[in-house]
Amino acid sequence: MAETVSGDSENFVDLRDLSFCYGSRVIFDHFSLQVPRGKVTVIMGPSGCGKSTLLGFIGGRQRPQSGKVIVNGRQVNGLAKRDLYELRKSMGMMFQNSALLTDLDVFDNVAFPLRTHTDLPATLIRKLVLMKLQQVGLRGARHLLPAELSGGMTRRVALARAVVLDPLMVMYDEPFTGLDPVSMGVIVKLIRELNDSLCMTSVVVTHDVPEGLSIADRVYLLGAGNVVASGDPDYMRTFDHPVVRQFIDGLPDGPVAYHYPAEDYRQELLGRAQP
Amino acid sequence: MGNRAVEIVVGLFVATGLAALVVLAFRVGNLGSQSDGPNYTVIAYFDNIGGLTVKAPVTLAGVRIGRVTNIDIDKENYRARVELSIQKRIDNLPIDSSAAILTSGLLGAKYVGLEPGAEDSNLKQGSEITLTQSAIVLENLIGQFLYNQADGKKK
Amino acid sequence: MLASLGARLLSFLHRMGCAFVFFLNSLRALLSVFGHFSLLIKQLYAVGVLTLLIILVSGLFVGMVLGFQGYNTLVDFGAESSLGLMVALSLTRELGPVLAALLFAGRAGSALTAEIGLMKATEQLAAMEMMAVDPFEQVIAPRLLAGIIAMPLLAALFTVMGVYGGYLVGVLQLGVDSGVFLSSMQHGVDFYDDIVTGVIKSGVFGVTITWIAVYEGYDAVPTSEGVAKATTRTVVSASLAILGLDYLLTAMMFGGA
Repeated sequence: MAETVSGDSENFVDLRDLSFCYGSRVIFDHFSLQVPRGKVTVIMGPSGCGKSTLLGFIGGRQRPQSGKVIVNGRQVNGLAKRDLYELRKSMGMMFQNSALLTDLDVFDNVAFPLRTHTDLPATLIRKLVLMKLQQVGLRGARHLLPAELSGGMTRRVALARAVVLDPLMVMYDEPFTGLDPVSMGVIVKLIRELNDSLCMTSVVVTHDVPEGLSIADRVYLLGAGNVVASGDPDYMRTFDHPVVRQFIDGLPDGPVAYHYPAEDYRQELLGRAQP
Repeated sequence: MGNRAVEIVVGLFVATGLAALVVLAFRVGNLGSQSDGPNYTVIAYFDNIGGLTVKAPVTLAGVRIGRVTNIDIDKENYRARVELSIQKRIDNLPIDSSAAILTSGLLGAKYVGLEPGAEDSNLKQGSEITLTQSAIVLENLIGQFLYNQADGKKK
Repeated sequence: MLASLGARLLSFLHRMGCAFVFFLNSLRALLSVFGHFSLLIKQLYAVGVLTLLIILVSGLFVGMVLGFQGYNTLVDFGAESSLGLMVALSLTRELGPVLAALLFAGRAGSALTAEIGLMKATEQLAAMEMMAVDPFEQVIAPRLLAGIIAMPLLAALFTVMGVYGGYLVGVLQLGVDSGVFLSSMQHGVDFYDDIVTGVIKSGVFGVTITWIAVYEGYDAVPTSEGVAKATTRTVVSASLAILGLDYLLTAMMFGGA
């Protein structure tokens, strides 16, 4: 990759002072976050707190209303389409429901980025694809269609596709949801392994606490439009902050209220009957 | 289905589609019969063309040998100027041939019928047919008939 | 009341604006299709070949019905010799392009919307963007071009089948002379006035239907309910657009004559 590394070489992704709202709902309010180079950064938070939107910002698919998104020294929000597409070749992404192209088989799905972006001969593409498939243990499943795969296998194919161009960074959107324990273990292992063997930067967005903490070098906990706490996994496990404790320990009630806002319960039941 | 099979089926589809267009053009439509090959244009003036339209056939002895390509009014002498395009291979029409506007059937479409003359020189590109017979306008015919009847009774 | 009407008008205009920008984006991406023909071939198969059967069968039956009805009407005037002309003119000018387009909207248009909507719902479009592949070049443009190519061909096939159906009924069943049938048809159907105008119509319909279909798919709310609604909207708006445009085109091309 002929990417010029300028600016902050410590952090691969640097989000500065982002603000973003859907209509009147504020998702991010002067939000900042850094992803260190070569590490696994896990971003956790309750559903609907904007975790996936964050990946949208980093990939340039969504733009914040204000603030800067800097990836590998380049400001993503403000890049022309051509430059943005060039930058995306150095990013891989695994989507929540894998997003394999349904009309292509496993092999073609993994080969897709190579075929569209390189002029490599077919034999070389075959070797590269088989290597990646071997890494995720699905070399034997190369002729299956996405519809014939189990959930865990689909994720693994998506993972192979995300890293087939040897990107500098891979983003994982909810990689653990909806998987059986075995498949989950496989994905956890693969994310860690790929990060270390390919010297990549990894960003994992998840709300699965144990898996998230087990692979993280650094953890961010989001809530209410901003970062609630951040640090290494051990620090988070012991950090004594009500929101962190509720989330990490999975308590049903706490700072994140169990009840949706409503008028007083007693009042409503015992008050005058309304039609 | 393999890639090659899809390609073949698609090729077949496009080919039959194009074939259908050709059939439309030549078998259903009149593209084939109207391209008469090279032709030449002669001009005829009529007092009244009735319902003659552009593209109406021009016939000789009942056989179509060309068609009407243009109809206009001649401002000088208030007559209709009709351009007839005639196939080049019919090159021996005498210069004193006559043209009449006729009707196919009682209510059918109007066409131009040519009647060959006897001169030695022939019609060429741009020649004028001087002997013409206008369309028969039904109202005039009936009017004339009634007038004659009335005339006859007076006598 | 007035305010809600205004709001509806505004949202309609907004959608039209979005659809137009979408169309321009697709046009820009069309050039890229010439880089990878295999995508176009695949889509020609999906929108063309898979619609072929319904087009052929419907065309045949429509032609046969026209043969019957036309004969029964014409025979009262002793004009059954014009049956071929009547069948062929109805088909080339109106029924061929319009009915083929309606069938196309129902078969291929709905499938296009559902497919693209599903690709959106399963994040395949987003995944392409993240793989630095423009979905307009990879997904939208090949489908648009395939629709534009397939529609006139399908309409022509519909018309030919219809004429054949009319011939079958008129000549073989009702006893109109085959020569009379064919000659009245060839005599009366003009290449430019009737056939070219029909092809122009079906070309315009092809652009409109595929445009509506791919836009509705691309714009669909990415849930199963959203895709289902978008599919319905495609068929409804495409059918309305076909009939409305047919009137406009007919008035434009035949209005002066």
